[in-house]
Amino acid sequence: MAHAVHRVSPLALVGLLPLVFLGLFFAWPVASIVGLGLTSTSRPGSAVLDVLTDSETLRLVGFTLGQAAAATVIAVLAGMPLAFVLARCKLPGIGLLRVAVVVPFVLPTVVVGLAFRVLMPAGGVAPIVLANAFFNIAVVARTVGGLWAHTDRRGEEAARALGASRWRAFVSVVLPAIAPAILSAAAVAFLFCATSFGVVLMLGGGQYRTLETEIYLRTVELFDLPGAAALSMLQVTTVVAVLIIGAVTRRRKETALGMRRHREIARRPVGGEWVVVGVASAVVVALTVPVVSLVARSLSNGFAGYVALAGHGDQATLQVSGLDAVWNSVRAASDATVLAMLLGVLSAVVLSQLSRSGALIGEVFDLALMLPLGVSAVTLGFGYLVALGSLPLDLRASPLLVPFAQALVITPLVVRTVLPVLRAVDERLRQAAGTLGAGRLRVWREIDLGLAGRALVAAAGFGYVVALGEFGATSFLARPDAPTLPVVIATLIARPGELNNDMAYAACVVLMLVTVAAVAAIEGFRASSVGEF
Amino acid sequence: MALVLRKLSVHYGSEAAVSDVDLSVADGEVVALLGPSGCGKSTLLRAVAGLERPASGAVCWDDTDLAGVSVHRRGFGLVFQDGQLFPHRTVEANVAFGLRMNGTARASRSRRVDQLLRLVGLAGYQKRSVTELSGGEQQRVALARALAPRPRLLLLDEPLSALDRTMREQLAVDLAALLRETGTTALVVTHDHDEAFTLADRVAVMRTGRVHQVGPPDEVWRRPADDQVAGFLGCTTFVPATVDSGMASSALGDVAIADAVDGEVLLGLRANALRLDPNGSVTGEVVQRLHRRDHARLLVRIDGQPALVEAISPVAGAPGPGDWIRLALDPNGVALVGPRGDRLSTGT
Repeated sequence: MAHAVHRVSPLALVGLLPLVFLGLFFAWPVASIVGLGLTSTSRPGSAVLDVLTDSETLRLVGFTLGQAAAATVIAVLAGMPLAFVLARCKLPGIGLLRVAVVVPFVLPTVVVGLAFRVLMPAGGVAPIVLANAFFNIAVVARTVGGLWAHTDRRGEEAARALGASRWRAFVSVVLPAIAPAILSAAAVAFLFCATSFGVVLMLGGGQYRTLETEIYLRTVELFDLPGAAALSMLQVTTVVAVLIIGAVTRRRKETALGMRRHREIARRPVGGEWVVVGVASAVVVALTVPVVSLVARSLSNGFAGYVALAGHGDQATLQVSGLDAVWNSVRAASDATVLAMLLGVLSAVVLSQLSRSGALIGEVFDLALMLPLGVSAVTLGFGYLVALGSLPLDLRASPLLVPFAQALVITPLVVRTVLPVLRAVDERLRQAAGTLGAGRLRVWREIDLGLAGRALVAAAGFGYVVALGEFGATSFLARPDAPTLPVVIATLIARPGELNNDMAYAACVVLMLVTVAAVAAIEGFRASSVGEF
Repeated sequence: MALVLRKLSVHYGSEAAVSDVDLSVADGEVVALLGPSGCGKSTLLRAVAGLERPASGAVCWDDTDLAGVSVHRRGFGLVFQDGQLFPHRTVEANVAFGLRMNGTARASRSRRVDQLLRLVGLAGYQKRSVTELSGGEQQRVALARALAPRPRLLLLDEPLSALDRTMREQLAVDLAALLRETGTTALVVTHDHDEAFTLADRVAVMRTGRVHQVGPPDEVWRRPADDQVAGFLGCTTFVPATVDSGMASSALGDVAIADAVDGEVLLGLRANALRLDPNGSVTGEVVQRLHRRDHARLLVRIDGQPALVEAISPVAGAPGPGDWIRLALDPNGVALVGPRGDRLSTGT
């Protein structure tokens, strides 16, 4: 298409809207908090240096990266058999498996943290690593499975015919083909593990801290803003590095997908493949253990917790009833989803246009949109409080604050879900519509939107679920009289008393049920698309 | 003239994909752009559709320059090699797409869809999903979709190339009948001369971005403009000859050539030009024999010829390698190379 008729599309102007939002509600708050940290001491910069050269910081970074690496390795090892089964096997109940695998990823971090607390009451590093891995197995299984399903089976058949064993064929033919997806999934999983907040806070307490929880503790409990700002900058740098690696591998993956558009047909496993199926089944069972134990724990005193949750608890533990909290969650998540869809779809359209013209600016924009995924939600939440006070219209007390922050967290997910579909649209389909009399906007509506329809529904549902469980930024920004369910759970579990615990576990189960129902609903739409998360 | 291209050039970067092409298509006429892959014929078609911007020259319709007219306002239908049906829509919705774009009322839309599906032999396919159709069926739907809004010009880009041979031959005949029946003005791009000759009233042979020859199929076939066109149209051996009162004499024998001016000419020989003939004037030694469906193909070494020549013989009693045979020229396999009435100018 070197010289095809491409004027700069008016749609490109639309890209300004997400950029402005990103600037106002992401870059500015984050910059403010960093700026505040740097300028709040008499000798600007020195406090930052002190923090960065502190041996405590080194240990903190070491633990953050170490636990993330360990969790990523476990997630990849456990996710690969699942990816194989999802991509290549024709077995009864595979549709159910597809749903079951996604559930852990969208479960609220608070819920997972509590589940592992029930499961491993002794605490320590192990539950943190396992809980982080628990989340990201889905990332690996879905991302790798997506590419694997589209990898030509004949390559490995040729290797087998040339005398390679099943294992040898996998290592020398299949593995190189799906390596970009594995790397990309590992990069994303690593990012999630390294910046995970709720899980580490719930399971590590004050004892095991990562950068993310340390930023939170220094900000909220120690009021050490320079330290928090220094750690935030450190974290942003790490995140950008990981994102760049992810972007590079993702590019390779999309090229790989171009080679074969059609899904390979799933077959009944044969011979040694049953071993893999067995391992995958064991992983699935392991995934259900924390969930089951959580449900069991919530029912250990009958329905007392659930009954109390419907009201305000005994001695009015909660400012609002559990039902009101559910309503708050649902409303905030709905607003956030609408906003994120608007921003995400506009961004995806602009990105797909830019990538067709091969501009570097597209890559940069892409990266900028992924940033909120990795920047500490705590930093973001606190940045809101600092920065937005200087706007003429004080948004800090606005009920829109929580949806805004949640929208920033889920917009990257929307972009990642919609963008691959838009990029995969054959340019000639648009041209065919053009010759049939459709103008530019009409082509976009009929072809791009038409083809991305399922992905849009999936993105909305997916974003909604993640917004429901969002904890990091929300815990900062939710007003005391309007907490969301995850905030209520955290409040309850921090209080002593059997009934408070019962209520927390009951709230977890309620949140989980809402989440699972939403996932099951979107899964029907998603079945045919190549998921990136 | 409905469509007129004047000195049209299209560039990809610094490279010229189409250079200085003059071509016209009359109302109701079907013209085929024939050439090997990479000769610029698809680029030319895309420039006519408005999908590529010409570097210079003009695309005109009824004497109006279309330079500022964007794709969707040209009223040209386009059929791609692989259909490019909208996968998220049914057969009916695909065919009705152009009608929706031009604001046709629902009732007449549905009538027109029925009519076109009957025309392409897919009556009753309205509610089918396009993804479950065979390649041939998809291409028929693509054709119906392009024809539905009654385009003033139909552009077909290798419309049959993605199909298997039997399907291709069948659909070529159907398509030719359909274009005649509907009186459609069309420009077809193809690399297959059978396809071009089946479909077109006139054929334009392209090479490296230029049109080398335009003419009716039989003329292009019998009198290729130069040895490159002749080579593309299946001539493998070239031999100089002298024409005297309708009879051409060459080193490979004599053959009757209709309406040729006396003098030196160049003959292009196709695979069926030399036949086994006991009374033939040329002798040669068989090097290799290949069996075809209804004849045997021989590779023959003839003294004085730089390369092996092809010849055909009946399957029964076909000579084998090492046999010496006599050959004669068959006028059906011989083309007169060079512009009409021109003397020999190009060597072999």
